[in-house]
Amino acid sequence: MATTSAPTGAVPAGGRLAHGPRPPMSRAERVAAAAEHHVRVYRRTWRGSVISRFLSPLFFLAALGLGLGSLVDAGSGGVDGGSYLHFVVPGIIAYQAALLGFGDTTYPVLGYIKWNRMYSAALSTTLDVTDVVLGHLALLSVNLLVACGIFVGVAALFGAFASWWVLVAVPIGLLTGLAFAVPTFAISAGVENDNVFGILYRFVLTPVLLFSGTFFPLEQLPVWLRPAAWVTPLWHGVVLTRDAAYGRSPGLAGLLHVGVLLVFVGVGWVLARRRLARRLLS
Amino acid sequence: MSGVSSTVADVTDEVLLSARGLSKTFGDFTAVDGIDVEVRRGEAFGFLGPNGAGKSSTMKMVGCVSPATGGELRILGLDPATDGPAIRARLGVCPQQDMLDEDLSVEENLWVYGRFFGLSRREVRARADELLEFAQLTERRHDRVEPLSGGMKRRLTIARALVNNPEVLLLDEPTTGLDPQARHVLWDRLYRLKREGVTLIITTHYMDEAEQLCDRLVVMDHGRIVAEGSPRALIEAHSTREVVELRFAVDEQERHVEAVRGVADRVEELPDRLLVYTADGDDALARLHDRGVRPLSALVRRSTLEDVFLLLTGRTLVD
Repeated sequence: MATTSAPTGAVPAGGRLAHGPRPPMSRAERVAAAAEHHVRVYRRTWRGSVISRFLSPLFFLAALGLGLGSLVDAGSGGVDGGSYLHFVVPGIIAYQAALLGFGDTTYPVLGYIKWNRMYSAALSTTLDVTDVVLGHLALLSVNLLVACGIFVGVAALFGAFASWWVLVAVPIGLLTGLAFAVPTFAISAGVENDNVFGILYRFVLTPVLLFSGTFFPLEQLPVWLRPAAWVTPLWHGVVLTRDAAYGRSPGLAGLLHVGVLLVFVGVGWVLARRRLARRLLS
Repeated sequence: MSGVSSTVADVTDEVLLSARGLSKTFGDFTAVDGIDVEVRRGEAFGFLGPNGAGKSSTMKMVGCVSPATGGELRILGLDPATDGPAIRARLGVCPQQDMLDEDLSVEENLWVYGRFFGLSRREVRARADELLEFAQLTERRHDRVEPLSGGMKRRLTIARALVNNPEVLLLDEPTTGLDPQARHVLWDRLYRLKREGVTLIITTHYMDEAEQLCDRLVVMDHGRIVAEGSPRALIEAHSTREVVELRFAVDEQERHVEAVRGVADRVEELPDRLLVYTADGDDALARLHDRGVRPLSALVRRSTLEDVFLLLTGRTLVD
């Protein structure tokens, strides 16, 4: 009998399974449902991302902080009056946050839009565009916090920090990652194919990652080039992270840096929602 | 399961879907051009037409994922423009492409989707067990979706569309791309749903599918409705009882058209054959023989919806 009947009766129909008007879902319920999808996918695919997410920053720590650092410290007596290790590790934190934010909103977002079309499937349920975008960013946020947290912990074992204030670097990493992720989501929501991502990575992200005060002080750049770093979100994230790791107050400039990062998140948010709706709900 | 499945649910008077002058344009292109449709609870209703007729655009508007450009649309008595989420909570949507997460297992796809509708974990799991049986996928429940056959993915998509116990199930080209056996399995599942009172709204460009599944249908062409009724009524109204298909040697067809016209109500010239519409096919063939017409082959068959479409629009459904 069970194999031949259509499934309309065995679960006591009530609440959201009842015919007739159904209890609406709150925003929190909907975002949680959207995020749960990503958690399930992550459970099945995280192994592939372990190297890029956790080991790669450690390679940077060893190669730059310890290897290159001993050379820098011997040759020029360190940077900013401290060791190169202390200087570069905050840069690596911000770097990995930016990379993670970018990576998680390029191919994965286009995939859910175009390849397996799960975002269209989600939008034909009670979820709306806001739920879909927030659900995606929710799991990314957890990933950013975990990745930055683990790295801070491991780097601390190498004596990479001067202050306990470095713990503030974890939420700053989250904000830096989102300042890359949300605008990138907006881009991915509108592109036809993934060629754009390669171009973005090579010609936009890579120079940003290298020339935002991550691995050497911005003062080493020619004066005319420095303003270019000011408009990238990464430089602001790097400065904040470095202040935290040194345990020094960023002062009013700190508010400005946070403000710039929030502007990237905010503008990205508006565009991401608009472009996703235009693409999938036209 | 109780006796629900043994009673045949009847079509009721309650109108679940009503469209008045519904239209959809994309820039200069008019996909749906002012259609009027009514679907009642318990009905299996079809949109039949060739690719590009406006069927999928109509389905997206009904599924509340595409705003109407003009006209009035009510689903379950509600307006998609203002009550989209409340309507979607009660719909099941089986889109043309499967839209499954192929990284997840079969059952995980059902769980995830059930959560999108706000079902509790307990409800979702119980629903999934039932639906896996229904979709004949219980043995594959732990497998990843990606290597499944096309028929299995389709059944999973339909099972997933049922996870919220919908009152209306929208099926956009449900069997396109499936082999004949997989199609029959799927039709069988859809009959069961219909028998249990689920309202089915189906688009298809297969006339056999429309004849098999639909109580009533509209024939669409260029965004407009060109005919409406039950499959039988449409055939009776627009075609003859029988059709004779005549094939001739290359270049000979044209020479015989005039003679063939003399024995038929109507003749349609296709590139590779003549379709002869007549009440009695054998009689028409005999009379052709008397006139010295010798086709390479002659097939007498019943009229189908394909003929209705051809007679209404001058074009074939599948080309």
